[in-house]
Amino acid sequence: MAVVLVLVAIAVGSVLFHILSPWWWTPIASNWSYIDHTLVITFWITGAVFVAVVLFLAYCVWRFRHDPGRRAAYEPENRRLEGGLAAGTALGVVVMLAPGLFVWHQFITVPPGAAQVEVVGQQWLWSFRLPGADGKLGRAETRDVSPDNALGIDKADASALDDIVIEGGELHLPVGKPVKVLLRSIDVLHNFYVPEFRAKMDMIPGMVTYFWLTPTRTGTFDVLCAELCGVGHSVMRGTVVVDTEADYQVWLSEQPTFTQLQAQAEPEGLPVPAEMAQAPGER
Amino acid sequence: MVDASHDGNDLITPAAVEDVELYHPHSWWTRYVFSQDAKVIAIQYACTAIAIGLVALVLSWLMRIQLAFPGVLPFIDADRYYQFITMHGMIMVIYLLTALFLGGFGNYLIPLMVGARDMVFPYANMLSYWLYLLAVVVLVASFFTPGGPTGAGWTLYPPQAILANTPGGQQWGIILMLVSLIIFVIGFTMGGLNYVVTVLQGRTRGMTLMRLPLTVWGIFTATVMALLAFPALFVACVMMLFDRLAGTSFFMPAIVEMGEQLKHGGGSPIMFQHLFWFFGHPEVYIVALPAFGIVSDLISTHARKNIFGYRMMVWAIVIIGALSFVVWAHHMYVSGMNPYFGFFFATTTLIIAVPTAIKVYNWALTLWRGNIHLTLPMLFSLAFIVTFVNGGLTGLFLGNVVVDVPLSDTMFVVAHFHMVMGVAPILVIFGAIYHWYPKVTGRMLNEAMGQLHFWITFLGAYLIFFPMHYVGLVGVPRRYYEIGETSFVPASVHDLNVFITVVALIVGAAQMMFLFNLVWSLRHGREAGGNPWRATTLEWQTPQTPPVHGNWGKELPIVYRWAYDYSVPGAAEDFIPQNQPGTLGVTREAVA
Repeated sequence: MAVVLVLVAIAVGSVLFHILSPWWWTPIASNWSYIDHTLVITFWITGAVFVAVVLFLAYCVWRFRHDPGRRAAYEPENRRLEGGLAAGTALGVVVMLAPGLFVWHQFITVPPGAAQVEVVGQQWLWSFRLPGADGKLGRAETRDVSPDNALGIDKADASALDDIVIEGGELHLPVGKPVKVLLRSIDVLHNFYVPEFRAKMDMIPGMVTYFWLTPTRTGTFDVLCAELCGVGHSVMRGTVVVDTEADYQVWLSEQPTFTQLQAQAEPEGLPVPAEMAQAPGER
Repeated sequence: MVDASHDGNDLITPAAVEDVELYHPHSWWTRYVFSQDAKVIAIQYACTAIAIGLVALVLSWLMRIQLAFPGVLPFIDADRYYQFITMHGMIMVIYLLTALFLGGFGNYLIPLMVGARDMVFPYANMLSYWLYLLAVVVLVASFFTPGGPTGAGWTLYPPQAILANTPGGQQWGIILMLVSLIIFVIGFTMGGLNYVVTVLQGRTRGMTLMRLPLTVWGIFTATVMALLAFPALFVACVMMLFDRLAGTSFFMPAIVEMGEQLKHGGGSPIMFQHLFWFFGHPEVYIVALPAFGIVSDLISTHARKNIFGYRMMVWAIVIIGALSFVVWAHHMYVSGMNPYFGFFFATTTLIIAVPTAIKVYNWALTLWRGNIHLTLPMLFSLAFIVTFVNGGLTGLFLGNVVVDVPLSDTMFVVAHFHMVMGVAPILVIFGAIYHWYPKVTGRMLNEAMGQLHFWITFLGAYLIFFPMHYVGLVGVPRRYYEIGETSFVPASVHDLNVFITVVALIVGAAQMMFLFNLVWSLRHGREAGGNPWRATTLEWQTPQTPPVHGNWGKELPIVYRWAYDYSVPGAAEDFIPQNQPGTLGVTREAVA
């Protein structure tokens, strides 16, 4: 009898835990509430199946438990029942998979006109790069990384000169504007993970990966690394600030361009032409 | 065609090959150490696997202590923490579960269940064990080398696995890990070929494929899969070893490590992931299918009822085995691979849920109108169904590509795979040990200790891993030495971590009682007799218990029926052994 009670307790307790527990996802801050909806659908379908199976087990143990004189039924197969159960399961799978694939299609389709931001991972630091006035990120290669060029930006590429470079600082994003986040690593695998955005993607040396999102509320959010990247993995933290458009422009105007950083790094170098030293926000 | 139900002998063909004499041991050494008897090899495999599994258990304690009480054990620094999680994972998946199911249960049960005298290649079988032991020794050796074992995570993803900022990356750790895996695969191949050929060629007269117990079907299919999947791991290990030792760049692109350009370039880290998971996903089922097979037989025997839908169960095992080779990239949805792969792999992954669900239904329907004896094997089987269903259902979250995005690399994943391929198969292992220990030793395991062991293990494991999903749902990533101050993690998550750790320490301690029971019952257990569970399958019909070398005495058994003639109407007893002729029950080639 204890077994029956425990099985019932597991079914009921798991559902109660789900409903009553204080542990739930962080309030969303991006357009990916579809992901949350799909997840909730999955919770209820799988939860119903779990409760049904466990309660069925409990019933069987209670009803068909051995007592002297009982003899089990003899029924090797029942094709109709087996076929029906298989069909029902297939239907449940379709109900979960279809919205999943639909949302995945959105997830990998970047809307035209999305702004671009590059995130560069290295052990154990986040750096960021934004396109300058030309709206284009210049070429960058791991081979070009040097002490005064931490992101490996190609100095020969004209579109790279006005890129805004943030080494180890905060990334700001304007609220309500779609942004394609380009991901690059110069050493090992990392993963740019902001729980409130729901989206995440690995960063791979030698490749550029991406995801996109539209921030939907302002705030300051933690960035974590979600792919084991060596002994400092858990201290690889960063910050993303989602600003109003006005605040964003103020912040942007304070950030140095690649050319300015190069000039700081080479004190005896040529003075930087005034219009190139200007950040785009100041114009 | 004569109606076989009139005479069970009609379908028994004469022996095609004469019985061959086995190599018989002449000394203590060849009887107990360098033995070619599959049953001795099975015990050797099982003892080695359990011993190394204990190491992994202690490592899990240490990492749980770090997560709940950071800093309380000062020797657990970040290096050690990552070494502990890596070795815990690799040991549990490869050196415990794979070795115990295939090397342990496979060796013991296949020859007995198919009615053979031994494996078909006994010498290669012996070598298989000694290579496995060597692989374990090499693995353990890495604990004692400068820099310690590798801390690359059990997935060993390059580039970090062979770089200086990962423990053991530029020292001995990763080298010994890769060498150990390579030896393991070689050893496994010798054993695996044996299991496959024995099932195909070593069956006794009358033992058609569709009369095999599901245990044999599960182990057989898993072995075929392992023979196809392990080569991918093998080549990945060899290539990474070249990258590490010879300076090649199979998996190494241009890299700047701590400000310095490395002499690598052009390689692909993602290629390693494809190779690893081409092995790694089938590996999940290499562990799961033997568990599926064994639990089917446990449920049928202890519910005194034929397994429901035997043919469907066989085909489900085979289909799951085949499908599991086309789902591997569901471990890589956020790896940066071409995102269009997501559509394909999400679809195949969710399709595999259908044959898996059928198995669950058929276990449950076997209990329906059964005569359920709540023995320890039955209790562990029920616990397996609960944890497997729970873990399988959370797999539908992670398999459904877009739902995986927020959950991947969080503690949700850790909770999921522990529930489905950690706890569930190990519950089957326990059930199987309580079930077959009387055949192996001639004595029953102590029931009181077994009951205590069962309740602590089942309820404890559920209390550990069910709430852990919610830690992941909050957003806590896996493989974090310390979560520290993080804005989205409420303080209550820490309390939950403390709870999980305390339960984990208790569950771990309960396993010591189980080991004590194994030893204690050798001498003090109740005498079991040859067939204490009144089971139908051949291993319970041996002339001696424990079975001697050669298993069957003078004559091999002849099989007249399937493995599940329990509670046949009209039969005097509620079971009819497979080697008993007669007209009752399922005696034809296949279920009519």
